[in-house]
Order: sequence, then structure tokens, then C-alpha cells
Amino acid sequence: MYTFPNKLKNIARALMILGFIGLVFGFLGAPKNITEAKAMVATEHHGEGHGEAAEHHEEASEAHAEDTHAEEAHATEAHAETAHDEGSHDEHLLHQLQNKPWAALYVAAFFFFMIPLGVLAFYAIQRAAQAGWSPVLYRVMEGITGYLLPGGIIVIVILALSGMHFNHLFIWMDPEVVAHDKLIAGKVAFLNVPFFLGRAIFFLAGWSLYRYFSRKFSLAQDQATDISNHKKNFRISAAFLVFYIVTESIMSWDWIMSIDPHWFSTLFGWYVFASMFVSGITAIALVTIYLKSQGYLELVNDSHIHDLGKFMFGISVFWTYLWFSQFMLIWYSNIPEEVTYFITRIEDYNITFFGMVAMNFVFPLLILMNSDYKRTNYFIIMAGIVIILGHYLDVFNMIMPSAVGDQWFIGVAEIGGFLFFLGLFIYTVFTELTKAPLLAKGDPYMGESERFHY
Amino acid sequence: MSNQVLHALYDDDDVLLNAVKEVREHKHHIEEIYTPFPVHGLDKAMGLEGTRIAIMAFIYGCIGLGVAITMINFIMIEDWPQNIGGKPSFSFLENLPAFVPVIFEMTVFFAAHLMVITFYMRSRLWPFKEAENPNPLTTDDKFLMEVEINGNEEELTALLKKTGAIEITIPQNHEE
Repeated sequence: MYTFPNKLKNIARALMILGFIGLVFGFLGAPKNITEAKAMVATEHHGEGHGEAAEHHEEASEAHAEDTHAEEAHATEAHAETAHDEGSHDEHLLHQLQNKPWAALYVAAFFFFMIPLGVLAFYAIQRAAQAGWSPVLYRVMEGITGYLLPGGIIVIVILALSGMHFNHLFIWMDPEVVAHDKLIAGKVAFLNVPFFLGRAIFFLAGWSLYRYFSRKFSLAQDQATDISNHKKNFRISAAFLVFYIVTESIMSWDWIMSIDPHWFSTLFGWYVFASMFVSGITAIALVTIYLKSQGYLELVNDSHIHDLGKFMFGISVFWTYLWFSQFMLIWYSNIPEEVTYFITRIEDYNITFFGMVAMNFVFPLLILMNSDYKRTNYFIIMAGIVIILGHYLDVFNMIMPSAVGDQWFIGVAEIGGFLFFLGLFIYTVFTELTKAPLLAKGDPYMGESERFHY
Repeated sequence: MSNQVLHALYDDDDVLLNAVKEVREHKHHIEEIYTPFPVHGLDKAMGLEGTRIAIMAFIYGCIGLGVAITMINFIMIEDWPQNIGGKPSFSFLENLPAFVPVIFEMTVFFAAHLMVITFYMRSRLWPFKEAENPNPLTTDDKFLMEVEINGNEEELTALLKKTGAIEITIPQNHEE
């Protein structure tokens, strides 16, 4: 049995406390009214972006005279701005600044929730495929998915608070907005708070049920004399994968895409899936290497690490493929309501948007290409940390632009949110790991996994 | 006499794998092994060096990347810029997203084809080449190990018999 080392426990607690302080700081720093919001923006030298609408347009079109599509978007943006009066513009700014700590909380909460969800899918694939290489890692995966339920409940609580109008993350939840927006009004049958929360609870319940039963059968298999538990696990895993891919898609529309209720992408579910899958596999590799360095998981050899490295490499490329497919089609067709999504990201989020591609694609591609590097813990850890941070940025880029616009900053609240959920994640996962032996010794493929070599 | 060899025929890949280990433990030199299919772990058992074709694949991919960028820049930007879908081709960078699929395909094309050609050249294979295979059974279901003889024929034969060889022969015209 594994015992949660006190040192790591203290690190996790320290991360949670630090992160909590950061989040509280972020919430206290949010402006209460329009005057405060304007004062904050004035001191932060963001002023020029929020001058008169006409001025803004002139400036922008001058700066982007040769860039035809950017100019077009600016024209529509400026048009939208002139349509409103100065008061609603200030209110918009206030909402953005008030959203900031909420968005910081939500991005981190969602990111750390999607890791166990990705691991759960990976685990189900191993079970359904009756994989021979991975049974030595089953308990690590089960430990990580221990965060699924607490992490999911936190995300749903945040969504429920949004539904109760504590923040303006989801503008379609505001009846005032829907009343003046024909497009959102047409989506009300799907995008309404009760149905939205009902779906969220249904999805989390479904995933948690699979997690509960697969864990139960996996533990029962340790003591069993036949393989009936293994067979049951195989069956529910196959069924779960069908349920998962449908619910994961809808979840990604609900929890992320609906933050931009006008915009849609048909491969968004896949895109979010790729992100959670690679983050999850990376988390498995990092936890495995950590446990191995502590003298546990004797049966894990460098071929298992090599395989995890291959998955990290492959799914990073897969993520890039989806990222680019989504980007290129929208860029090429240049339809205003679609292309504004990428224009805000390229103009206001340039560094995080392209930095994320470097972290999630170029870096793992070059580092993990060599076969020998994938067998070296040092390289896996290095690439893994960059991939984890890169996919945090990915979620950041998906949520922030619509939530806070150009008022983003990776400051105390954002880092605090990341640290808080990192601490909670470590604490929950390693507590879960202590609850069962680290070797699923009853698994019929354990022998194959033990002898696995490349 | 140093070039004289002995052919041992096996009918099972696991038996062959153990035989290889045994023969190498007794410090005999295995010249070559002919198998009807790739035997997992045989290269390690024989102590063969790791392949370097992966390095060449990377280099070929880089060449493909370079050629593709040069080519598409010349075709689409320098030589005959066209306005496609409202995106005039006057700048390579601004049109890069449209070129990425082409660049990607060219990279794969170069890496794949040059790698195959390299492999053929390195293995001395070309169309209509006479087979070097000493025994046609190795294209069906038998495995053949070619071991060098240094005047220790009896000892070697006994060893190979012990490892489970089903037939041991000494080809007479090997030196010619």
C-alpha cells in the first residue's frame, strides 16, 4: 500500500493556501461599479483601446490597412460600438473586469477537471481494447480519476453560480441580453439555465458511475479467482466510451463554446477532447515517474514510459491537427461571425494564442521525436510540464477572450487559480492512491504488462 | 577458410531466438539470418546496431519542408500571385495557413520516398535483382541461420543440433 508522503501533502496544502489567497485577492480587486472600472483601466494604460468608437476604428484601420480581413472585422466591431451609447460600453468594461477573477477560477477549475476526464477515457480505452501493456498503470489512472467527482462538482457549482447571475461569464444566461439578441433567442430551447445545469449533472453522474463501477470491479478482480470482474469491466468500458464521446462533445459546447453564444465550430468537441486526452496522458506519465522515483511501481519499466511518451507525442500532433483544421477553415472562409473568434485571439491574445502552439506542438514534437528521449524520465517530465502549462493556456484562450476581452492578464488571480486547483488535484489524487495497492495484481494481462518491452 | 559458413535450419521463431542467444554465448559469429517474417527481438538477440534510418527520415523531412516552402513561395507569391477567395497572394506569411497542408504533404512525401530509396540502396536491393536467399524455404515457413566456421565444424554442428536445428548443411560453393 502507498502512503501519502507528508512532504507532498504539505506542498499540496501550501499550493492550495497560496492559490486561495491569490483568488481572494483577485475577487477583492474586482471593481464594484463603473467609476472604479474606468479608474482601473486608466491606470493600466489600456486607455487607447477604449477611446471614442470612431477614433478606435480610424486607428485600427490605419494600423491594419494592408490586412484586409482584420480591417473588415474592425469595421463590424466599430459598427457595433457606435450602435451602443457610451454608458453601455462602460458597463461592458465593468462586466469584463468583474468576470476576471471568475474566469480565472473557472479556467483553472475546468482545466484540472478535464485531466481526470481525459484519463478516464484513456483508461476505458485500455479496458475496452484489453491492452496488454498498461495494466501496471491501472491504479495510477484510477488514482487520477479520483479527482473527477470533486473537480466536476466544483465546475458545476461555478456554472450554477453563473446561472444565479453572480457573474457574466455566460451572457446567454442574462434575460436582458437574450431579449435584444435574435440569435441567442433562437437557441433558448437548448441554452437555458435549468436544462444546462441538468445536462451538466447528468454528464457528471454518468462519468462518475462508470468510474465507480470500473474501480469497484478492478479492486474486486484483485481477490477474484476467475476473470468475471475483468469481463464486466470490459463491457462497461466499451459502453462508457460511446456515452463519453457524445456527452464530452455536448459538455464542450455547453461549458466552453456557449461562452461565445454566437460562434460555433463543428469540431469543437474533438478539439477539447484532444486537449483533455493529452493532458490526461501527460498527468499519468508525471504521476508514474514520481511514484517510481519514490520506489513504488516496481514493475513499471522504461518501455511503459516510452509508450506514454509516444502517446504524449502522438496526441500533441493530433491536437495540433484539430487546432489547425478549426483555424484554417474559418480563416479561409472569412465569414464575419465565425472569423471574429480568431481575430480577437490573434489581436488581443497574440502571445498566449501562438505561445500555446509552440508549447503544445513545436516543443513536444522536437523533444519527443527521438525514441531514446521518450525512455528518459527527464525529457518526459520536461515535455510533460510544458504540455500541461500549454493546455492550461489552451483553456485560457478558449474562455478568456469572450469573458474578459482585452482586459486579460496572467496575474495573481490566474496563477492563484492554477495553484489552488493544482494543490487540490495533488491532494485528492494521492489520497486516492493510498486507498488500494498500487498493483492491480488480479488483472489477467498483468503478466504481459510486466514482461512488456520494446 | 574464414569465409566458410554453415547453414542451420529452424522451424520455429522462439527456438531460433534461443538458438541465437546460445550460439552467441559460445562466441560464434552469426553472419546472417533469413526469416519469412520479422522476428520480434531478433535484432537485439543478434546484437545488431540500432537503425539510423530515423535520423535520415528527419533530415529528409527537413529537406521536404525546405523544398515545399521554396516551391510554394515561388509559385504562389513570386511568379504568379493570384487572388483566391479574396485573399491576394502578396505575402508569404499572410497566406501561410493556406500553404500549410501543401507543406505538410511535401514533408511527408520527401521523408517517405527518400527513406524507402535509402533503405533499398542500403540493403542493395533493386528491381529484377537475383535473390541472395540461400534457401527458398525461408520465404515460406523456415528460418535459416548462417554461422561462420573457423575449423570447429563438429563442435558447432553439435551445438546447433542441441539448440533445435532441424537441418544443418555446409554449402560448398560459397566462396566462389
